Amino acid sequence: MLDQVIFYFFAAIAVISAILTVTRRNVVHSAIFLITALLATAGIFLQLRAEFLFIVQIILYVGGIMVLFVFVIMLVNLDVAVRQLRFARQKWVALLISLALAAQVGLMLWSTGKMPGQGVPVLAAVPADKLPLNSEAVAKSLFETYLLPFEIASVLLLVAMIGAVVMAKKRT
Amino acid sequence: MLPIGHYLFLGLALFIIGVIGVVTRRNVIVILMSIELILNAVNINLVAFSRLYGDVAGQVFALFIIADAAAEAAVGLGIIIAFFRNRETVLEDEMDLLKW
Amino acid sequence: MQAVTQATLEFVKQYWAPLVCGLVIVGVLPLIVGYVVLVERKIMADMQARLGPMRVGPHGLLQPIADAVKLLIKEDIIPEDADKLVFWLAPVLSVAAALLAIAGLAIGPAFQIAKDVNIGILFVVGVSAMGIFGIVLGGWASNSHYSLIGALRSSAQLVSYETAAGMALVCGLLFAGSLNITSIVQAQYDQGVWFGLLAPVAFFTYLVASIAETNRAPFDLPEAESELVAGYMTEFSGFRWSLYFLAEYTNMIVVASVATTLFLGGWLRPFPRTTWLSFIDFFPPLLMVGIGVYCLMRTPKQPVRVQQTFMLAVAGLCFAVALVLVAPMLVPAVKPLHDGILGAFWFIFKVSLYIYFFMWLRFTLPRYRFDQLMRLGWHFLIPLSIINVLLIGIAMIVGTYFHLQGWSLLLTTSPASIIALIIALFILATEQKSEPQKSSAAPDSYA
Repeated sequence: MLDQVIFYFFAAIAVISAILTVTRRNVVHSAIFLITALLATAGIFLQLRAEFLFIVQIILYVGGIMVLFVFVIMLVNLDVAVRQLRFARQKWVALLISLALAAQVGLMLWSTGKMPGQGVPVLAAVPADKLPLNSEAVAKSLFETYLLPFEIASVLLLVAMIGAVVMAKKRT
Repeated sequence: MLPIGHYLFLGLALFIIGVIGVVTRRNVIVILMSIELILNAVNINLVAFSRLYGDVAGQVFALFIIADAAAEAAVGLGIIIAFFRNRETVLEDEMDLLKW
Repeated sequence: MQAVTQATLEFVKQYWAPLVCGLVIVGVLPLIVGYVVLVERKIMADMQARLGPMRVGPHGLLQPIADAVKLLIKEDIIPEDADKLVFWLAPVLSVAAALLAIAGLAIGPAFQIAKDVNIGILFVVGVSAMGIFGIVLGGWASNSHYSLIGALRSSAQLVSYETAAGMALVCGLLFAGSLNITSIVQAQYDQGVWFGLLAPVAFFTYLVASIAETNRAPFDLPEAESELVAGYMTEFSGFRWSLYFLAEYTNMIVVASVATTLFLGGWLRPFPRTTWLSFIDFFPPLLMVGIGVYCLMRTPKQPVRVQQTFMLAVAGLCFAVALVLVAPMLVPAVKPLHDGILGAFWFIFKVSLYIYFFMWLRFTLPRYRFDQLMRLGWHFLIPLSIINVLLIGIAMIVGTYFHLQGWSLLLTTSPASIIALIIALFILATEQKSEPQKSSAAPDSYA
């Protein structure tokens, strides 16, 4: 019962603030609502007993990436942008395509019996006290089974770092 | 108890909202933020399935996706700063020159 | 609706103790912070050869309460062009992050709100890092140039020093082998040595980075009273301003607690496994008795009757604390509380020493220039901490190969620290050579 209340609480916050993220005119407000959505998702991770991912979400997404976003938003002057047109010209076509996508995925979920209220109970599958210690389990999996993807991810981050420096550097 | 469908549906909702944001907004920063929403929606699905099957592989892949999101945000924001320095705009439909 | 009520009841029934603890902390912390500020002013006065606050209460002991009342009844100003919602949200966010981080901390083996959290120390670090949004959004929402510059400076500073602090934490966690706070302290007990001694370079890095992260002098550029008129706090007054203040000092307590837990042995006494040094256990009550006796000696010199009584009350309080500290050693009935009470004392004592060091630095060093700050962070601390992680890792591998434990682990870690120090000096030497081109960095330094 507690699990359900927590899930509905965080899910409602996540969806509402996601909608506000894409509709707000002011970009800083968008960023704030995106932070709220990410924190709500972190709450859902915690409800799924993925503690390590919960804190990674907070440290990396909220404390790292979103700080970068807010920083860039403040560097580029946005007093002008607030007064400009919010949505692109093709918004109706775009909406239509997105809704078609939603209908398609929804249909797939429905036909395989995965609509809300159906499907296997997630939390009952493995009881919470039978789970291994989360951060230890993740570390084991990450450094034993998925060592090569881990190395590739670090190379990707290195490339991204170099790319960001080259991009943002002033050409003299 | 909560069935898997709840989580999948939440992921779907966030994904669609993200897609709508990407295709309709003009501001590139908001577009990047919508992409973060999409990646996040995928993470919810991965973690829910990881819990369902009692296998942490899903969480490991969610970690990779977060690393990917960090890389994407860094490069994307770097491009935005470089572009803003030259053109004084962050609107995607004004990015219409191949060389400047 | 009924389901929600039922769930709430279930929640309260299961978690009433942490909830009460949390409420108590939220209630008491402003008072503690007030007294930390008083102590800071007293230390500052002492170092500058003056008396400090003396008027309210004996030796100004009631000054924090007077300050709080003043701040609460001040006029609440919201600038005309400010973004009202964000302006309201920013200080709250700052304080919420700082207070939430305290939930993960353990003050002694018995006092911890969120017990046995798998991600323990990461939770504290991650949540307290969210306070940066309070600063950035506050600076942006004020719609003032000084505030915005302060906010940008602070976000750049916090992001760059967080990397160094994180790397320093990794060194400590390598020794501990766990993120759980109880396990970290237990590991230091098992080894019989504080991790700060095994990894002194990491401790130093964390010390510097934590000063930068809490925006304290000499790294208080975001505030910079003399150049930026208090930076992001320019437009905040009264209660909102005091929220920022509360967040800053709470953050100080949080970083001090993290450093204490990871590097200074948490709630363990010095040399926790050396039995012939057990007499150290008598140090806490003796210290309290000493303070009490000093208060008694000062009592006749107080000018007014009220102040004399107050001084006596302080002395009595010290004696009472000493009694509480000594009781578990003498009375068998309360023996089980021994570790809890003495542990809490040692933890608070170490945290106080760490904060005292912060204050000492603040009154000693002048403020850095922004490009110097960035240079120190990116060119010195981050390379040093990364190299240190590598060296400590190698030292750990060699140590496990030769089955070294506890103090003998110093055999492998001290060469690692010495190599790290040599590299640090080398970096400093090359830095000094590249120093002269400093005038170019000034205008675009935060871009």
